[in-house]
Amino acid sequence: MSVLIDSNTRVVVQGLTGREGSFHAQQMRAYGTQVVAGVTPGKGGSKHLEVPVFNTVAEAVKATGANASVIFVPPPFAADAILEAADAGLPLVICITEGIPTLDMVGVAAALKDNPKTRLVGPNCPGVISPGLCKIGIMPGRIHKQGNVGVVSRSGTLTYEAVDQLTRLGIGQSTCIGIGGDPIIGTSFLDSVQLFHSDADTHAIVMIGEIGGDAEEKAAAYIHQHVKKPVVGFIAGQTAPPGRRMGHAGAIISGGEGTAEGKYKAMRAAGIHTVQSPADIGATLAKYL
Amino acid sequence: MKIHEYQAKAILAKFGVTVPRGEVVLQKSDALAAANRLGTPVVVVKAQIHAGGRGKGGGVKLARSAEEAQKLASEIMGMTLITHQTGPEGRVVRRLLIEEGLDIKRELYLSILVDRGSGKPVFMASAAGGMEIEEVAKDNPDAILKETIHPAVGLQPYQVRNLAFGVGLAPELISAAAPFFQSLYRAFLETDATLLEINPCVVTGDGKLVALDAKMAIDDNALGRHPEFKDLRDIEEETPLEVEASKYKLNYIKLDGSIACMVNGAGLAMATMDIIQLSGGRPANFLDVGGGASEEQVKNAFRILLSDPNVKAVFINIFGGILRCDVLAAGVVKAARELDVKVPIVVRMEGTNVTEGQAILKASGLNFAVANGMKDGAEQAVALARK
Repeated sequence: MSVLIDSNTRVVVQGLTGREGSFHAQQMRAYGTQVVAGVTPGKGGSKHLEVPVFNTVAEAVKATGANASVIFVPPPFAADAILEAADAGLPLVICITEGIPTLDMVGVAAALKDNPKTRLVGPNCPGVISPGLCKIGIMPGRIHKQGNVGVVSRSGTLTYEAVDQLTRLGIGQSTCIGIGGDPIIGTSFLDSVQLFHSDADTHAIVMIGEIGGDAEEKAAAYIHQHVKKPVVGFIAGQTAPPGRRMGHAGAIISGGEGTAEGKYKAMRAAGIHTVQSPADIGATLAKYL
Repeated sequence: MKIHEYQAKAILAKFGVTVPRGEVVLQKSDALAAANRLGTPVVVVKAQIHAGGRGKGGGVKLARSAEEAQKLASEIMGMTLITHQTGPEGRVVRRLLIEEGLDIKRELYLSILVDRGSGKPVFMASAAGGMEIEEVAKDNPDAILKETIHPAVGLQPYQVRNLAFGVGLAPELISAAAPFFQSLYRAFLETDATLLEINPCVVTGDGKLVALDAKMAIDDNALGRHPEFKDLRDIEEETPLEVEASKYKLNYIKLDGSIACMVNGAGLAMATMDIIQLSGGRPANFLDVGGGASEEQVKNAFRILLSDPNVKAVFINIFGGILRCDVLAAGVVKAARELDVKVPIVVRMEGTNVTEGQAILKASGLNFAVANGMKDGAEQAVALARK
């Protein structure tokens, strides 16, 4: 059916009354997502877009039974927002914010080990969408189609490109997980592939990676051992020069590691169907579905 | 943000890390006085650029008198230093570090960075100091020791012992290693560094640990909370166009091809560079205009792209979620008119009102080609650049 989110997901928007939070909350609701609460410290008791606003996440959860959070809070306050959501017992926290200092995320990653019930997606990610059921994030709902392909990606707009290709071919998506472009994130390629592996309604997987780190390689090793569903993989940054941060904080080839070449090699060794051109992602998946 | 060796050493010194005595020299004529002030039998003249391999490239020289230091400084200052990290065009040396020469008994490698997999800082050490660590990692990975630091407790003394005994530090130095390593770790944390590399960390003849070289990179995402580092940025180490782009919060990296690209989203921007190359062309740049492709952003982006004389065609690849294509098209037309753009522009847009947007481009009378999909866009741009 989907992973992580579905029609029962009830979302609290941290940063609801800000410009980004407000705009995207409306878009989410228009898509059919249940936006049940907002949190902006100091504005508790008010309503914004007809959604009740609370001072704290704990209050919001208590009052509305929210079971997921989306964070649209500026970088200096976002790590704190993640921890607050986890502490309020939310099983899913999706952080859209780009620009959180890496050492803040080191602290968050350590602290979240005390909240094993909480899954963090992101930060610096477009969010998660289970087409037809629920959208939490900033992705354009209308390019998605409900179906059986799981998509996991570090990128935002490149994911939309791949999803658009699939949809135009009549191939729908079960869930699209944007894991984000930062070096330290809550849900990895491996985590996402494991979720898709266990989901009876995901029949194939598309992995969209990029230079930097070894997350794609780790997922490839798992896929090699366990995953029988067809997997298609693309790596962005084949032409990126080493040592330069290509936009995303995590997209940097350093010490000879994290190259696109290395990732493609690992994926091929794992039996993943690799795609060289970003324009061929959908068509390649269609071949193996 | 990268900083110079002399800046990193000044920061480390504040945290109690022993660094050689030295002075930065911005005018070559100041070298003599600096060397005299140091007063050591040997003085080292070091080019300060944001790249490694300076020694091999001839940018680090020993002088046995202040006069010799002056002579070497005059040669190195202003030279185009080419190393395996600068690219063939090299970097012009504009700053020098004049440093006391040390009696070096041993060279070690020390570094701290954040490991993505564990989400924790890692302290690395190797007895193979003063060498290319990537070579060591390839040929002899066991020679690099690693200790993963738990954020809750920090760098533990037993971890310092693991590293210190592991690299074979003499027993009398083990107790000196603890405060030295701890100071490095504290510096790493408190400056929000993404990398701190001491290669080499030397043991001197009189048994002291000294950071002979220091390379530090500060997390760009953390600069907002380090106003004290504002003045450390050396604009001359960055490409002029990249400096210009950063003024407008445009994420721009100059490359050396002829097809400029303007894209929204870093992943899509990288993929656009890739598809240009796959189509037989070479990207002139990476440019992520981000979520707000406003009129102002588009105009500034255009201006910067076109300031690169290598550019023969522009490929605009925008996949809008919230973005309205008619608004984007109007912005692109306006910018192209105001800047009197002569090179052909290929536009591929996806998003709300895409048909209206394409109509605006076609009706403008300007040299726009409208593409259907990324592949078509890249191929058109490559073909136009060849003309």
